[in-house]
Amino acid sequence: MKIHEYQAKQVLAEAGVAVPRGMVADTPNAVVNAFHELGGEIAVVKAQIHAGGRGKGAIKENPEQHGVELVRTAADARRVASDLLGHTLVTIQTAAEGRTVHRVLVEEGCRIARELYLGIVVDRATAGPVLIASSQGGMDIEKVAAETPELIFREPFHPDLGLQSYQVRKLARRLGLSGPSVRSAEKFMRGLCRVFVERDCSLIEINPLVVTADGDLLALDAKMTFDDNALFRHSELGGLRDLAEEEPAEIRAAEEGLSYVKLDGNIGCLVNGAGLAMSTMDIIKLHGGEPANFLDVGGGANVHQVTEAFRILLDDRNVRAVLVNIFGGIMRCTTIAEAILAAHQSVGLDLPLVVRLEGTEVEQGREILRSSGVDIMTASDLTDAAKRVVAAAV
Amino acid sequence: MSILVNQQTRVLCQGITGKAGQFHTQQCIAYGTKVVGGVTPGKGGGTIEGVPVFDTVIEAVEKTGADATMIFVPPAFTADAILEAADAGIRTIVAITEGAPVLDMVRVYDIIRRSGSRLIGPNCPGVITPEQCKIGIMPGYIHRRGPIGVISRSGTLTYEAVWQLSGLGMGQSTCVGLGGDPIVGTSFIDLLKLFEEDPGTEGVLMIGEIGGTAEEEAARFIAEHFSKPVAAFIAGRTAPPGKRMGHAGAIISGGKGTAAEKIAALEAAGIVVAESPADMGAAMQRAMKGRESRV
Repeated sequence: MKIHEYQAKQVLAEAGVAVPRGMVADTPNAVVNAFHELGGEIAVVKAQIHAGGRGKGAIKENPEQHGVELVRTAADARRVASDLLGHTLVTIQTAAEGRTVHRVLVEEGCRIARELYLGIVVDRATAGPVLIASSQGGMDIEKVAAETPELIFREPFHPDLGLQSYQVRKLARRLGLSGPSVRSAEKFMRGLCRVFVERDCSLIEINPLVVTADGDLLALDAKMTFDDNALFRHSELGGLRDLAEEEPAEIRAAEEGLSYVKLDGNIGCLVNGAGLAMSTMDIIKLHGGEPANFLDVGGGANVHQVTEAFRILLDDRNVRAVLVNIFGGIMRCTTIAEAILAAHQSVGLDLPLVVRLEGTEVEQGREILRSSGVDIMTASDLTDAAKRVVAAAV
Repeated sequence: MSILVNQQTRVLCQGITGKAGQFHTQQCIAYGTKVVGGVTPGKGGGTIEGVPVFDTVIEAVEKTGADATMIFVPPAFTADAILEAADAGIRTIVAITEGAPVLDMVRVYDIIRRSGSRLIGPNCPGVITPEQCKIGIMPGYIHRRGPIGVISRSGTLTYEAVWQLSGLGMGQSTCVGLGGDPIVGTSFIDLLKLFEEDPGTEGVLMIGEIGGTAEEEAARFIAEHFSKPVAAFIAGRTAPPGKRMGHAGAIISGGKGTAAEKIAALEAAGIVVAESPADMGAAMQRAMKGRESRV
């Protein structure tokens, strides 16, 4: 689950990790009030969307306006707020159609001496969380990794022991921090690692991590995502979810216990199992087609879930043909056959449909389809299925 | 021959009183697996599918001599169930459950790696040695006994591969589902070591997917330490970056974990990589032939 910068900073502040003073606002008046609250001399107005690159990004309706702007007067604060709120921000990390800005963060300015980078992920190779630090802050960390990997430092830590002080001292030396900055780093880095574990995060990224003129460490930006598998034990985080930032079809699918990712093509796919679903997308592409989606209907899907999966698929106006690829293990081919027919009834399937079934109760499943009188192309193997559906989508 | 499980393996089902646990216990018994007990805390006493139910794994082990377990316990309790099994001395722990928190698995793996237990999964279909022992949810009937070891991060894609292998007359020694989560108990390399030592395995089929670097690491291991032919397929060539494709572990992030990188690493190690998921069996055939012509 992703959250906005302003929310991530609230979580950090609650945990004693230093962030700039700031207020979230959703109207120009609120932005002006925030500007005054922060001293009325200087502030940064930052569009809040679930994507990075906001500083360089631009408003579709007014390309002179970027997603982040420094303001020195209330009038400027109002102007920027009006230009951002309710408008569409396009950045290098959003799709071409961009995202609507519903809120902005108004933050105090700070005197930046240096910009560093800090990130925390769970590293598969070491099977545990790792703190990643670099002296190259305020840039694309992937670029740093590609060009100057020797400037990236990694400190693995145990979730329950946390980051140790010696690790902070090690990083401080590598990052060229000294004096009061080291004490600030101790508080910041260990606090950040604690937040990661306590909230079951999957990612925290502080880029840039600023060292102020006073030598304090401050999170100028904060990105935080949570492990979806752990949300059940974090009722305090549920309220942070922003459905407006998510794809409606993906939300609906998740509610039904399905896994759905919308893509750009015109061949809808309904498959059981994530690996097989990815492979189905792959083989469609291999035979010259474009998948419209990834959809894993799961191992225990019932007639209702499969019918809902069809509805979600067919709601995508781009879809011109559908491929159902089911290898029944727990999922029985009879269930999928019944669901296809039920979906045909309730949704009105008038697109070409290719069905490839294999596995548990396959003969019974095929017979159900055959004797239904419904116009369905049955394929025997994967290649046959892919070729047929690609031809049908043209 | 086989690795991990055979006709002597005595299996428990943790979570046997749940719908999935009960159904799959019945299916495994029907396949011929020696399911000797089930565990659901608080529901001990009585039987399910003819199998005695216990409150604790330790009691189940004492009474039945079980040495393996399959776990169908909800995600919130999966870590506890795995640790309980390890504590009771269960050698082979197969965790089927999908949805365990990643940090739970970090803690579990830290303990498991220093215990005498092997963990397969979580979020996996299980392990099967055809005609001997099935621990998991895979359809038994598609498997044939034979010389090919199968290691996969997927569930149904594995069945697809096994179906193709069986159809081509290439039976399987043991098939292992590693699981779709980012942190799993057993890696490709762990199993390649076992397959290398297994006289009944003559070749290995690897099925991987986007996310992480397990396949790249396995490729390096194969180039240096594995003497038998290997074929592979990587799912997710068309997956967009940054999106979780079903499996918690199937995500390209920070530019790492792409299918292209994995395929390149595997090919560099002399592994035959199938271009299409329809050709996994055929790729294994080519790999086996390649070995013959070199001899």
